Amino acid sequence: MQEREDLAEIRRAVRALCEEFPGEYWREKDRERAYPGEFVDALTRAGFLAALIPEEYGGSGLKLDSAAVIMEEIQAAGCNGAAAHAQMYVMNTLLRYGSEEQKRTYLPGIAAGELRLQAFGVSEPTSGTDTLSLKTRAVRDGDEYVINGQKIWTSRAEHSDLMALLARTTPRDQVASKTEGLSLFLVDMRKAVGNGMTIKPIRTMMNHSTTEVFFDELRIPASALIGEEGKGFRYILSGMNAERILIAAECIGDAKWFIERATGYAKERSVFGAPIGKNQGIQFPIARCYAQMRAAELMVHHAAEVYDRGGNAGAEANMAKMLASEASWAAADMCVQTHGGFGFAEEYDVERKFREARLYTVAPISTNLILSYLAEHVLGLPRSY
Amino acid sequence: MKILVPVKRVIDYNVKPRVKADGSGVDLANVKMSMNPFDEIAVEEAIRIREAGKAEEIVVVSVGPTKAQETLRTALAMGADRAILVQVEDDVDVEPLAVAKILKAIAEQENPGIVMLGKQSISDDSNQTGQMLAALMGRPQGTFANTVEVDGDSVTVKREIDGGLETVKLSLPAIVTTDLRLNEPRYASLPNIMKAKQKPLENKTPADYGVDIAPRLKTLKVAEPPVRSAGIKVADVDELVAKIKALGIA
Repeated sequence: MQEREDLAEIRRAVRALCEEFPGEYWREKDRERAYPGEFVDALTRAGFLAALIPEEYGGSGLKLDSAAVIMEEIQAAGCNGAAAHAQMYVMNTLLRYGSEEQKRTYLPGIAAGELRLQAFGVSEPTSGTDTLSLKTRAVRDGDEYVINGQKIWTSRAEHSDLMALLARTTPRDQVASKTEGLSLFLVDMRKAVGNGMTIKPIRTMMNHSTTEVFFDELRIPASALIGEEGKGFRYILSGMNAERILIAAECIGDAKWFIERATGYAKERSVFGAPIGKNQGIQFPIARCYAQMRAAELMVHHAAEVYDRGGNAGAEANMAKMLASEASWAAADMCVQTHGGFGFAEEYDVERKFREARLYTVAPISTNLILSYLAEHVLGLPRSY
Repeated sequence: MKILVPVKRVIDYNVKPRVKADGSGVDLANVKMSMNPFDEIAVEEAIRIREAGKAEEIVVVSVGPTKAQETLRTALAMGADRAILVQVEDDVDVEPLAVAKILKAIAEQENPGIVMLGKQSISDDSNQTGQMLAALMGRPQGTFANTVEVDGDSVTVKREIDGGLETVKLSLPAIVTTDLRLNEPRYASLPNIMKAKQKPLENKTPADYGVDIAPRLKTLKVAEPPVRSAGIKVADVDELVAKIKALGIA
């Protein structure tokens, strides 16, 4: 299949950049649970993270299909875009719903990478996907809002200057519609940390820089409000489709990496006098993963196309994320099996990528919630939750 | 000053080449292709000279198949200003002499102060085009450049030679070929990839320059290098000496 030349060119450029960050670099970061700052800086300098920011604010003004190619290629090269992908899409809500003044103030800095907006405070310990039940409060007090509460799984909070924060501004029993009463804020974390905001890292099975964030009487200026008060939930929903499509593209990249590694190993590794790839018991799982990946890839392209045309990509974005995350996880498992014992050796990078790939059938939304969405909103079945 | 940089599309340096079953050449089907690494260094050096304010325009040129456009776009995305593709049929191999003649014709039209070439391409390792071009044009050449310093109407080139570096000063216009340690090429940034799409890419043919690219050489056979046979272990120096004597080496 011949790819569009502009996408192929982006692919080549991303691949060239990634070549400077080999497995050794990622193994060391993984061992130390350290943030891959050098990699993120290189991506930023080369302008890749500003792909979706319009040119008038200093970005490249590309569509989601190009951004998806960037993220896919990062993963396919064995790198991990999770450290930086949010810089690409969190700004979406600011771009769509922020005031012209907010956009002029923040977007050029975000495009240049001087300002990192890659923390998104939504999930809470007692409300995961059930966003409407979140408890963090923002109470208006003169020219300020006072924030109290707690967020969890706020990734990259320690490596971000700004945070998009969703908090309740109207108590749940006082709202006209249940989807109202939440508001979106752009919090300047450089001022907030130590003044009512505390960040606590959570160690996880892979190197993901995720945290808990606590708010204790944090005061932020009223001008931090994005759009109208009470409409925050609607604002973040529209951003989620872009996030899901980009993460689906990352999963496709991961699947390609696993398939390439497994194929290479199956050709080289010789046992009983022949390469193990000569056996159908080895070939078939690789071939099956390839077919599964290609099918998911088509859905990712389709979802990006629907999104770029301006249509409602809800169903396609969800299906793309589910199919791609399942394809990458199947390929991860297959890759370990193909490598046998060596799949567990750090030096082969397979076990690291395996741990990293596991995340995406869970985050940013779990498979069950996607199935619930499809059942309810596409198939018209009764709501199950 | 203008700098002309020829670039060649070759098998990516990470790929292990495979010989075609009939021994007629290297199999290029579905193989990752990239810009010749030495040419990338040449593009980078030209950009640095322009960034230092010592050149105004960089023209990249490739003699190759339609797909060589990709290589030219990569050079444009790195920072070259415009491109010329001298297009040949997909499976035609253009020999260094023909390439040098085409480059001479282009140089006569463009009048570059420097033609900056990779010292050789990793596809055939000929290491001839730059030297042939210098001879055809009757211009000075600084090959295997380790450092390049443009100063007014001359360029000083430190050359990598056996046992050290040789410094030559050439009056412009001149031909420079780049060695591996000259610089580390940049990768294209996204804004520059976008800008590159707007940059002009001219399509030409060898006939436009009146050059006959018919091969002067005939490839009889291409073969994989022989597999190195395993060595043997000897117990001590005496056995080693005996073995060497038995082999008739000493």
